[in-house]
This record gives sequence, structure tokens and C-alpha cells, in this order.
Amino acid sequence: MKALALALLLAASASALGDERRSGYEFMSRESQAMQDDDAANPAMLWALDGEALWKSGAPACSSCHADMKGVAARYPAFDARLKKPVTLEQRINVCRTEKQHSAPFKYEGKELLSLSAYIALQSRGLPIAVTEDANTHPYIDAGKALYEKRQGQLNMSCAQCHDQYSGRRLAGSMIPQAHPTGYPLYRLEWQTLGSLERRLRGCLAGIRAQPYEYGAPEMVELELYLKVRARGMKLDAPAVRP
Amino acid sequence: MARALIRVPPRARRGEVIEIKALVSHIMETGFRHDQYGKAIPRDIIQVFTCSYNGAEIFRARFYPAIAANPFISFTTIATESGTLRFDWSGDNGFTASESAAITVE
Amino acid sequence: MRRRIFLISAGALAFGAMSRARADAMHDAMQAVLDGAKPQEGRVSIDLPPLVENGNTVPFTVKVECPMTAQEYVRAIHVFNEKNPQPNIASFELGARAGRAVVATRIRLADSQTVVALAQMSDGSWWSGTAHVIVTIAACTETV
Repeated sequence: MKALALALLLAASASALGDERRSGYEFMSRESQAMQDDDAANPAMLWALDGEALWKSGAPACSSCHADMKGVAARYPAFDARLKKPVTLEQRINVCRTEKQHSAPFKYEGKELLSLSAYIALQSRGLPIAVTEDANTHPYIDAGKALYEKRQGQLNMSCAQCHDQYSGRRLAGSMIPQAHPTGYPLYRLEWQTLGSLERRLRGCLAGIRAQPYEYGAPEMVELELYLKVRARGMKLDAPAVRP
Repeated sequence: MARALIRVPPRARRGEVIEIKALVSHIMETGFRHDQYGKAIPRDIIQVFTCSYNGAEIFRARFYPAIAANPFISFTTIATESGTLRFDWSGDNGFTASESAAITVE
Repeated sequence: MRRRIFLISAGALAFGAMSRARADAMHDAMQAVLDGAKPQEGRVSIDLPPLVENGNTVPFTVKVECPMTAQEYVRAIHVFNEKNPQPNIASFELGARAGRAVVATRIRLADSQTVVALAQMSDGSWWSGTAHVIVTIAACTETV
């Protein structure tokens, strides 16, 4: 009851400012929120701990070049001037891995990449999402928006239908959130492990019986970029817990 | 070694009841799941968790497959003296993990 | 007509037998721990969300009303479930040094069901508490 009252109060105060956007955090149960709020109980913190250890290792270690990473995760996906396209945080980690550490790139959804992205995202916890919207990124943002609104798959559904039209309603007992990626990478109770936004997107696409984009595909980058633009200003709560 | 997160208050008053939290990374494979080919995935769980306070066991838990992955446990104990709290996990396939935390009791 | 009725009742019997078998398993698991003792209802309370978001990870707390002194304390708490493939969830050994008889963890629940906790006191007496939960599932399956 208290959670409902709080949600209504937040909704009232936010809509007074004209912002109807809510993080997935607000859509989940009080118990799941409590799991996320306590760093000693949040399973995602286990990966952040591993990430911290990885950050300090390697030749050279990430920590030898990078000091304060505060605000970095909040800017991603970011335009890479050399590659002439936007890259996700995971892709940027692998650029450093191959070019600076002269090692094989980490596998998508592997323990190392998840741990590092969890640790880096943690450094931006509480900061507003702030991806750059300029002449470089606009074409990709527009492409992402088109993907978000495109009907696809056997169910012929678009992201927009569930997450804009039907958010707040229930799908098989779960409340449909607004799809603001404020918490990634996150510990999803359904996965019983930490996972990336791309994993979640592949799950959604499988759910509407569409062909999931491959990890690191251009569509993934465009979609994440658009989602972050759509969520601009919302506070990151990574590494989060979600049902 | 598996990653573990322990929360023990660094200081406490003598006689105070303190809350201890322990989280360890472990898949806790139930043994009831099947892979995509229908083959059963063998059980792989943590079975026992113990906490000792300056060598004396103060808490013990026996876990079964119904304990969720990345097991979390929270329990209490009376802060009796300064020293070390030691946490041990053991389970299938020879799994062991160990962590310690210091406490100052005044 | 008669054959269809027979098939329907055979199916109903099989389903009934399955749930009875699992309820029996919980009963047997509890008896194994009680060893002939009879628990009284009371003093043991279970905290579970009434509507579970995901049965994979359900926050669970069990409390026993007990002064937790050297003379009167909780020796152990055993937790059982009704509908998972296995009836045991966990056992906790406490003692007077615990200060409070409260343990929290996260459990798996395969279906909407009953969860039972049995507490054994220092004087050998047994107490029990029960909770009923509704478990929903995640909406979309995934092929990772």
C-alpha cells in the first residue's frame, strides 16, 4: 500500500513537471526494490566487485590510464571519432582491450565484460543519462527510433506498442515498464544472473517472435542510443535488480 | 574463488545484537533443469554455510536446491568481544569459499 | 460417451495423485525432522511477498517469538515447501548467542503454494508457521 502511495506521489510530482517517465525501478515490487537498494544484498554487486578486480589488472591495467570514471557510463553509447560511428560501453571496453592491452576482446555476455561494465556503470550511479545528440549521432538516433517504432516478428509488434502504449499494464503477471535502460547491466531475477541491455533486447525480440539482432550489431547500437536519448536526464541506477 | 560480499558492522557495543549479511556468487543449479536436448543438468549447489566468531560457531545453515542462485543470508548475533567473524561455504563438486571480517566491540 | 468420461476422470485422478504426492513429500520431510514430535501453531512467522514477481528469487524472512536467553532460545528452524520438486528449502541452527531469531534469505518457488517453517526450542518443543504465496512467471521466454 505504501509503495502504491509513494508511486502515486512520485507520479503526481513528476507530472507536475511534465515528465511522465518512470524508471523500471518504480514498476517493481517493494521486495525487489529493497534487494537493489542494499549493496550488501544486491547480487549485481558481486559482478561489480569482480569488475573492480579486473579494472586493476591487465598489462597495462585499466586503472593505469583511467583515473576517475564518474560520468563515463552516462555518456554511452558515444560517437567514436576514429571508427566514425557510435559504440556501446562494452564495445569501447573491447577497443581498449585490443588496442591498449593487446589482448583478445572479451566475449559479449561473458563474465569479464559484464563485470567491467557493471563496475564502470556503478561509477555513474545517480547521474543523469547524458548521451551526445549532435550531427554525428543524429543519423543513428533516427535509425534507432525507426527500429523502436517498427512492427516486426510473427506477432507483428513494435517496442513502442508495449512500452509506450501498454506500459503500466500487465503481461502475464508482470507489469510492463517504459523501457528506460537506467539500470543496465542488471541482475534479472528471471536470468538468475547479471545481463546486458543487449541480452534483454534479444529476449524481447524473441518474445515477439522476431529475429534477434546479434550482439554488437549496428541495430543494437542504434536502438540503445535511441533508448538513452529517450531516457535523457533520468538517473542511472546501475547495476540494478529487475524481475 | 567465488566472489562473496559480507556486511558486518565494523564496531558494536558489548551485548548489542548485530545483523550480519552474506552474499556469495554461485549458480545453485537445482538438478531439476534440462538442457535444450532434454538432458538433465546435474545438481551443483552450496550445501552448508557456517559463521564462526573468534573460532566458535554461531550460525549454521543447510541449503537445498530451493535456495535461490547467488545465495543471500542475513542473521543476527550478540557482539561479545572484538575479533574476527569467519564465513565458510561448501557444496557439490568440492566447492568451498571463505571470507573474514573484523569487528571491534567496546 | 462413457469412454470420454473415463478419460476425463483418469486425467483428474492422475493430476490429483501428483499434487497429493508432493504434499505427501512435504509431510514426510517434516516428519523426518520432527521425529514423532507434534508442533504447535504459533510463534513462527514467515515474511513472503503475497504476489511474487519471479519465482526464481523470492525474498524470505522467518521470525520466531523467543527471548533468546541462555534459558530459552531457538535451537533450529526448518523450512519446507509444498510444490517444488523437493520439499526442503533450508535449515538454520541458531542458539542463545543469536540474540534474535530472525533469518532472511532468498528462495525459489515453482508455483503458487504453501511454505511451512518449523522451529525447535531449547526445551525441545516445536512450533510452526505457514504462509501462502501466489507465484507468477516472467512474460516472455528467451533463446539467449
